[in-house]
Amino acid sequence: MIDALTQPFAEFAFMRRALIGCLALSLSAPPIGVFLVLRRMSLMGDVMGHAILPGAAIGFLLAGLSLFAMSVGAFASGLAVALAAGLVARTTILREDASLAGFYLVSLALGVLIVSMRGSNVDLLHVLFGTVLALDDAAILLLAAIATVSLATLAVIYRPLVLECFDPQFLRSVSNLSSPTHLIFLVLVVLNLVAGFQALGTLMAVGIMLLPAVAARFWAADVSGMILVAMAGAFVASVAGLLLSYYANLPTGPAIILLCGVFYLVSMLVGVRGGLVWGLLPRKHLEA
Amino acid sequence: MKHRVLMQIGLALILLFGLAGSAEAADKVKAVASFSILGDMIGQVGGDRVEVVTLVGPDGDAHVFSPTPADAKTLAGADVFFVNGLGFEGWLQRLEKASGFKGRLVTASDGVKPLTMEDEGHHHDGEEHADHADHAKGHDDDEDDEEDEEEEVPDPHAWQDLANGKIYVANIRDGLIEADPEGRAVYETNAAKYLEAIAKEAAAVRAALSALPEARRKIITSHDAFNYFGKAYGLEIIAPEGVSTESEASAQDVAKIIRQIKADKIPAVFVENIADRRLLDQIARETGAKIGGTLYSDALSGHDGPAPTYLDMFRHNVGALTAALSS
Repeated sequence: MIDALTQPFAEFAFMRRALIGCLALSLSAPPIGVFLVLRRMSLMGDVMGHAILPGAAIGFLLAGLSLFAMSVGAFASGLAVALAAGLVARTTILREDASLAGFYLVSLALGVLIVSMRGSNVDLLHVLFGTVLALDDAAILLLAAIATVSLATLAVIYRPLVLECFDPQFLRSVSNLSSPTHLIFLVLVVLNLVAGFQALGTLMAVGIMLLPAVAARFWAADVSGMILVAMAGAFVASVAGLLLSYYANLPTGPAIILLCGVFYLVSMLVGVRGGLVWGLLPRKHLEA
Repeated sequence: MKHRVLMQIGLALILLFGLAGSAEAADKVKAVASFSILGDMIGQVGGDRVEVVTLVGPDGDAHVFSPTPADAKTLAGADVFFVNGLGFEGWLQRLEKASGFKGRLVTASDGVKPLTMEDEGHHHDGEEHADHADHAKGHDDDEDDEEDEEEEVPDPHAWQDLANGKIYVANIRDGLIEADPEGRAVYETNAAKYLEAIAKEAAAVRAALSALPEARRKIITSHDAFNYFGKAYGLEIIAPEGVSTESEASAQDVAKIIRQIKADKIPAVFVENIADRRLLDQIARETGAKIGGTLYSDALSGHDGPAPTYLDMFRHNVGALTAALSS
């Protein structure tokens, strides 16, 4: 049994690389997801996942499947959409969700259009879905670097960010850190999506960010606990996804995200904090 | 005002018909080729006397082609229709029926000794399997071989052996002569010249490949189109085992290819169905095998591409093979 779990990684370098990539992603993306969930910005994460597509596509158009060009492009367009959506929400009658929806659709259409200008549908699939099996040295370094930057930055803005989640009015009244914190957080979201995009593609990158975070809500009471549970869940799902892809001959990215989804569903059912099953049981404390 | 509009419309119509008329005036033989390689051959033999339309154009996949009404119209107006045969054009019967084509049908592969490919031996996925079954049906529609479709079916990619290419050219020449007896002299001269060029290319291919060290004359490729080529020019073609031809590769697919490359000491990989360059690079890093370039098999490239003609295709493929296989 143990042998079956380790053999693929022992035999194949590409599996080890995928494992390292997944570890980096699991450390950096889920904490961001936790804050997205707590700030009710889960859907915004999804929108941003699509917003990086046009930039990545322009990078692809200019330089093919180049790590650098696609990452820079993705980062730029993701950030642009995040800022633009915020600006539109603040200066026009549209609420943020509506403007996000608009940007999301435009980004997706634009991205698909740009990719098709250069490549075939097959290329488009690679950009949309990425491939964790093909991580080379540069890609792994990028993932690790983003994880490092992301975690370090999160440690610095942790306090204001938590306050922003639970009592934004208070934060605004005692300090002027609210806006900078929000901006830095947006940058982290985009950075992590760029990292996830390398391994899982634009459509799936949001999955490893949000699904473990949503699931963690059912297990931990405080933010730090949720972050730890989300990280662990994401990593276990990634390893299991890699093994599933290896033994069951399934595409790797979808397998990983699907297992994140399983983690979410199981948590929702039996999670100790508000899992569905516990709600159905008779409550003890009402008995006198 | 009204008059002016009417006059304009009339003028436009006259112009339109006039132009169409002048285009039609050139009294050329209208030939339709089922795919781009045949189209090139017909052009070489027919020269200026023949107007060639290709149904499956450059870079198109004739296996999965589905004819449009426009194709049916093209075919209906044609004098002669060239197909590969050997079950290559699974859609042939349908199109022929739908278009009401009354001209001459020429099977370019007539007289070729076909290789067979076993459906089961290849371990292809379901889609590929259905594809082959389609080949079988297209080929011998009259005999009901649905039951033994898992048996061997003819391999249609005969043009990948230049010796067969000569047979194709001879068939095309004869087909054109029958359709347009007045042009006999032109067709015979062109064909003779072309056959000579093919023979020359065949010698060049053979020389280039025999210059490679014998142990390195093998590639792994997902293409099922190179069996004639391999047999004719002494190149071992190894199919990746049990790898699905879907575009999304699983970890298992990659692992299998890596194992096979290591076990058989295969020097070069031409696995195009894993079209993701990054994944190919990963395989190369792990095995030390070289990643070969694109091999053209079923279709030519566009005019600006590396393989715009039948002979260019061989030059390009041999170049890619020798670049990857020479140590």
